Amino acid sequence: MLDRETLRRQEEELDELYKEIVLEYYRNPRNRGSLPAPTVVKEGDNPLCGDEVRLELAVDEGVIRDARFQGQGCSISQASASMLTEAVRGLSLEEAQQLYSKFHAAITGDDTVDTAELGDLEALLGVRRFPVRVKCATLAWHLLDEALRELRHTAP
Amino acid sequence: MRDSIPTHLNNPYILPDGSLNVERIRQDFPILQRKVHGRPLVYLDNAATSQKPVQVIDALADFYRRYNANIHRAIHCLGEEATNAYEETRAKVARFIGAPSPDCIIFVRNTTEAINLVAYTWGRSHIGPGDEIVLTEMEHHSNMVPWQRLAQEKGARLRYIGINHEQCLDLDGWPHAYLTERTKLLAIGHVSNGVGTIHPVKEMVAEARRRGIVTLIDGAQSVPHMPVNVQDLGCDFLAFSAHKMLGPTGVGVLYGRLELLVEMEPFLSGGEMISRVTLEGAQWAHVPWKFEAGTPNIADVIAFGAAIDYLSQLGMERVRAHEMELTSYALSRLRQLEEIVIYGPQDISQRGGVISFNLPSIHPHDLGTLLDRFGVAIRTGHHCNQPLMRRLGVAGTARASFYVYNTFQEVDTLIEAIDRAQARFRGDNAR
Repeated sequence: MLDRETLRRQEEELDELYKEIVLEYYRNPRNRGSLPAPTVVKEGDNPLCGDEVRLELAVDEGVIRDARFQGQGCSISQASASMLTEAVRGLSLEEAQQLYSKFHAAITGDDTVDTAELGDLEALLGVRRFPVRVKCATLAWHLLDEALRELRHTAP
Repeated sequence: MRDSIPTHLNNPYILPDGSLNVERIRQDFPILQRKVHGRPLVYLDNAATSQKPVQVIDALADFYRRYNANIHRAIHCLGEEATNAYEETRAKVARFIGAPSPDCIIFVRNTTEAINLVAYTWGRSHIGPGDEIVLTEMEHHSNMVPWQRLAQEKGARLRYIGINHEQCLDLDGWPHAYLTERTKLLAIGHVSNGVGTIHPVKEMVAEARRRGIVTLIDGAQSVPHMPVNVQDLGCDFLAFSAHKMLGPTGVGVLYGRLELLVEMEPFLSGGEMISRVTLEGAQWAHVPWKFEAGTPNIADVIAFGAAIDYLSQLGMERVRAHEMELTSYALSRLRQLEEIVIYGPQDISQRGGVISFNLPSIHPHDLGTLLDRFGVAIRTGHHCNQPLMRRLGVAGTARASFYVYNTFQEVDTLIEAIDRAQARFRGDNAR
């Protein structure tokens, strides 16, 4: 028979993965849609699980003015994309790059990152105990990284 | 007097009523004793691979402990024992699928390699520009991609038989809309790994053969789960994998009609598949060795023999009956879940032990994670069936698939785990 302690620990791990805030973003995604004139558009997928995300950024004078996403997939991949679009709005390209680095480091297990700086994004870190799900959480973020690289490349 | 006693009364795996003694069977599978995240393992991913009984694990270890040697060459005792055991498995496989001779049985790595062998050898010499290959939209990628490549190389054409609302083959235009004067091959799965539909392959093969069309059956999901007899089906080729039928990974089988195998060119070439080599060229060995170049997977083939013995002792009719009962029970319980979408035919006699489903509020990937924490292993995703998933309008499904060791209680655990997952996603988790 299962002991109470094991049961409690498992429930806690699942609570960590499926934080209410993550499920809320999944049920009612913010910034889902497209921009009238995006500066950069990136699409990506996780072929093994079928997660798909399209990320659009509107950049003006080195600042991300607006961001939208579209896609389909599991709660983690879609909530993460939605949270990303909220987090990068108003950031300079450099700040966005720093946020990417910090988030990526934190979610892939670097525990020296000050997670308080991540704000709501901290809620996504529950995937660290579910290694096969990390790529769901990072899909949109890799697109952000690609987009920022392209912007740097084309910047005057 | 003894003759009047049904044979199964002496068989520990069969209950007096003739059904499988699942509790006894479970004792033979060491992995079923383990816990996953603190809970008993409920293994419902059998369409991906099956677990192995101790008889198979022991046969594998026994080979390496007692008579490991290369086959078909050595004069010494170990070589002879290894060769005999390897060839004995070939004979067992032939009997198991009703093949007329062990020479019709070629050992390869898996179903995919078996189908590739046919595509590369028979296909390359018989398919030409404008010829047609008939497949179905439900094929596993392994019975689709090799034919796509062949068609591209040869300028041949693929025709796909579509599916209806119950994910059965849409045979309205069959056979005239599909089998034409240009059709050279009919290559179809026996049971869909994606949604579990059993296709009427015997009738389809008969139509094809009447027109002189060569037929290949992908038996990866049928041979492990029901009686399959190649002479009854009348097919020219049958491909399947050992690891889905209690055997080890790394062994696949291609059955081929002897007349075809004899005239086919080799697939891979090198050692073991020749009868005579000079600096100028070589003569091929006889069938089936012509197709088994290099040292084969001797240990795993021998252990596969133990898997066939095991399944033969259970009886494939009983295996099928057990899976039908489990599937029927699981379907009746799943149907009670709110909003669930279950794919495949309603009629149990038309489906194997595979249930594919979706819950609109939970992505299959999330469901997979939540069920895993409950000890329940299911498969989620596209199941190597991307065209079928596109046809269903989904990125993937959750799939539970059964085998000889699964129980009704395990189905109950599955349902309980799904209930819990739904509660969490609805946000009304009582904690």
